[in-house]
Amino acid sequence: MLLNQFLLLGAVLFCIGVYGVIARKNAVMVLMSIELILNSVNLNLLAFAMRSGTADGHTFALYIIAVAAAEVGVGLALVLLIYRNKRNIALEDLSEMKG
Amino acid sequence: MIAAVETLSSGWFLEHAWLIPIIPAVSFFLIIFFGKKMPMKGSEIGIASMVGALVLSAGAAYQWIQRVDSAPSKETFISPVVRTWNWWQNDGFSVSIGQHIDGLAITILVVVAFISTLVQIYSVAYLHGDRRYTHFFAALTLFSAGMLNMVVAENMIQLILGWEIMGLCSFMLIGHWWEDGANSRAALKAFFTTRTGDVGLLVGTSVLYFSANSWTQEHLGLSGFSIRGLSAWALSGDPSSAAITVGAVALFIACIGKSGQFPLHTWLPDAMAGPTPVSSLLHSSTMVVAGVFLVARLYPVFFEGLNILGGNMNLIVLIGGITIVIAAALAFVQNDIKKVLAYSTVSQLGYMMMGLGAGAWLPAVFHIFTHAFFKACLFLGAGSISHSASHHSFDMKKDMGGLRKVMPITFTTWIISTLALCGVFPFSGFFSKDEIIDNVGHNGYNLFMIVGLVGAFMTAAYMTRATYLTFFGEARGASAGEHHEEEHDAHDSHAAHDAHDSHDAHDSHDAHAGPRESGWLITVPLILLATLAFSSGFLNALPFGEKWERFKTWVEPRSEVVLDSGSMASGPGHAIAPVRPVAESEHGEGHGSVCGTETPEEGTCYAPSLNHAKFKWSKAMLSLLIVAAGIVISWLICVQLYTRKNAKLVGLTARNKLLGAGYLFLLNKYYLDHLYEKVIVRGIAGPIARGAYWVNQNILDGIVNGAGVITRKSAGWVYRNVDQRVIDTTVNGSGAAARGAGSALRPVQSGKVNQYGALLFGAAAIGALVLIIINT
Repeated sequence: MLLNQFLLLGAVLFCIGVYGVIARKNAVMVLMSIELILNSVNLNLLAFAMRSGTADGHTFALYIIAVAAAEVGVGLALVLLIYRNKRNIALEDLSEMKG
Repeated sequence: MIAAVETLSSGWFLEHAWLIPIIPAVSFFLIIFFGKKMPMKGSEIGIASMVGALVLSAGAAYQWIQRVDSAPSKETFISPVVRTWNWWQNDGFSVSIGQHIDGLAITILVVVAFISTLVQIYSVAYLHGDRRYTHFFAALTLFSAGMLNMVVAENMIQLILGWEIMGLCSFMLIGHWWEDGANSRAALKAFFTTRTGDVGLLVGTSVLYFSANSWTQEHLGLSGFSIRGLSAWALSGDPSSAAITVGAVALFIACIGKSGQFPLHTWLPDAMAGPTPVSSLLHSSTMVVAGVFLVARLYPVFFEGLNILGGNMNLIVLIGGITIVIAAALAFVQNDIKKVLAYSTVSQLGYMMMGLGAGAWLPAVFHIFTHAFFKACLFLGAGSISHSASHHSFDMKKDMGGLRKVMPITFTTWIISTLALCGVFPFSGFFSKDEIIDNVGHNGYNLFMIVGLVGAFMTAAYMTRATYLTFFGEARGASAGEHHEEEHDAHDSHAAHDAHDSHDAHDSHDAHAGPRESGWLITVPLILLATLAFSSGFLNALPFGEKWERFKTWVEPRSEVVLDSGSMASGPGHAIAPVRPVAESEHGEGHGSVCGTETPEEGTCYAPSLNHAKFKWSKAMLSLLIVAAGIVISWLICVQLYTRKNAKLVGLTARNKLLGAGYLFLLNKYYLDHLYEKVIVRGIAGPIARGAYWVNQNILDGIVNGAGVITRKSAGWVYRNVDQRVIDTTVNGSGAAARGAGSALRPVQSGKVNQYGALLFGAAAIGALVLIIINT
């Protein structure tokens, strides 16, 4: 069955994305990793939709693509502003929220 | 049995009589808001509104006469023109407002509107340049509006409204020159004295309402406040004698206060502190007539409640009789011309009350009618004298005398009105006063007939004295051209100062030029009133035969039993015509039941049937002789006494102890003022106040202080135990717990985005694990 391969690919992409979010210091790289996670979820949804034969999964995937686009737009705007202020986008320097 | 519904004629003026009080009421607000900007300072609005009211009243009177004439017979009950609107209502209890127009209302409406018009015209000259000229006209207009509203009132609540408006306005007008302490005291006295009586009005109205309401609702569909309902109820034979007696007595107490009857008459002479036009209006047609009007209006209630035809003594006739004599006696010792007239008013009101109390309804109402004209004329005459001749003084002995030559018009009108007041044939007072005396005797009140004759003698005597002192003899004081502005302490001194300010502007009208005749604004009202003082008596001139009894035909309510159409539709604003004349079952003598003395078997009575004395010249001659004797004796004594010809008479009160004591007794007004102020107010109110103070200091303060101490102690205990221990511990404990948890969790907030991400995913992984374990 083709489903397992899709799910495997999704799991791999998800793990790469999680690794990127946790390990990368560059904010742009973190955003890209988040895109990876979202797209791995899309893969899963499409695989299950193909199996069940309904359009629900496709609809959700389209929604997630839209949300991801918006998220990247906001995220890149934030990064751009952080760069203007600090001339640097390394995440470990952005620890003003420390309690 | 029931005849075809006889339709009595009606007309626009009768249907719209409710407009009459509204015109001056609206004008009052116009004067208050815009009066000062008008070219004549608001007086033109007042005069115009009174002329409007007069025109409407005259139209209504004309149509009322037509209505009476359209009745099939002289006995037919003329139903009043009643209209009602809902005024306010609250949970099924509603009070209406409207009009109740019958002969009595029409009479008083015409009189009030006519005299108010003349008084306002007169005031334009009399108060020229007064500092509160506009306010004076506003109050005067509202005063008339109050009286007119009371007269057209359809029910007791509306009547009370008008009654109280008058009380307020009399306070404002008597105290018009309030800068003088005496004036404001007089205003307060008038207000409080009438208020004392007004308690009776409220009590009486409530008593009657609660006794009558269910009856009137059931039989007539009317409220227990309505005048029609109360009249019918009183004559129905159903009311309990206790309820109706208590109601009648309570209402009569209000009339005693308002109409200046015996124990509460003391405010009336003091009310002379107001400007003379106010005295004229107040004493002739409004205010004091209100009490008499109330008795005449609700006559069935008084008739049944006090058993007027039954006994030979009742409260109204007693109070009326006492008032006649004591007020007339007081008029002899007054030197102030207005106070003589004031006591004369009190005495004449006593005649009206005595007439009403003795079942002489029509003569009493006729006396209201004639008295209004000649008393207004006398007051305006006194004002004319003080305005033009005596330098704003009213003291007859000091500042008047010999004025008949310089003031011919004032003198002539004064003489005509005095003759009318004394009851000399054929002046108007004769026809009304003699009728009262005659009917009082006819109805079995012989004692009070004698009282009335004594009163007539005294009236003639004191008016002769006043006339002599004012117009005859030698000119004295100001009327002789002397100036003593600083000395005189007359009431109108403010007018004097104000008038001088304005008089200085134009030379032709010099106030210091000595006595002279007044201007046309003052003399024209005098002439008009004097004409009516002479001629109004012919409206009911009994001596000339029955044809002359027009007033009786038009005004007296007929005592026919009428059948009501049960519950009638009385939509808002619709005229009610509920009564149908019953066909006479048998012609001739058999009139079924007689209203007032028997209970009608079916149908309703609205007026008691009263007897009327037949006029006899022999009886009239007796009273005329008494009046003539009064005039002649008084004249002779005056000539002897005041010209100081007879040494025996001069200073008699100083020499004879008994007479001196009597004089002092009268001069102090029977010590009634002392009684009220020193004994009642200080004797009763003083101890009450002291007792109340003691209670306040010792008991109330003790309670308050004790409560304070207890509160403070319990508050201290609560503070120490509950607040400090329980609540504070809880609050502090929760604070400490929150702080501890915060410091324990603080390291989690590292500020490192990656760490947050790791936590997020860790948590998600744990959540996924839990999900898998649960699902498998």
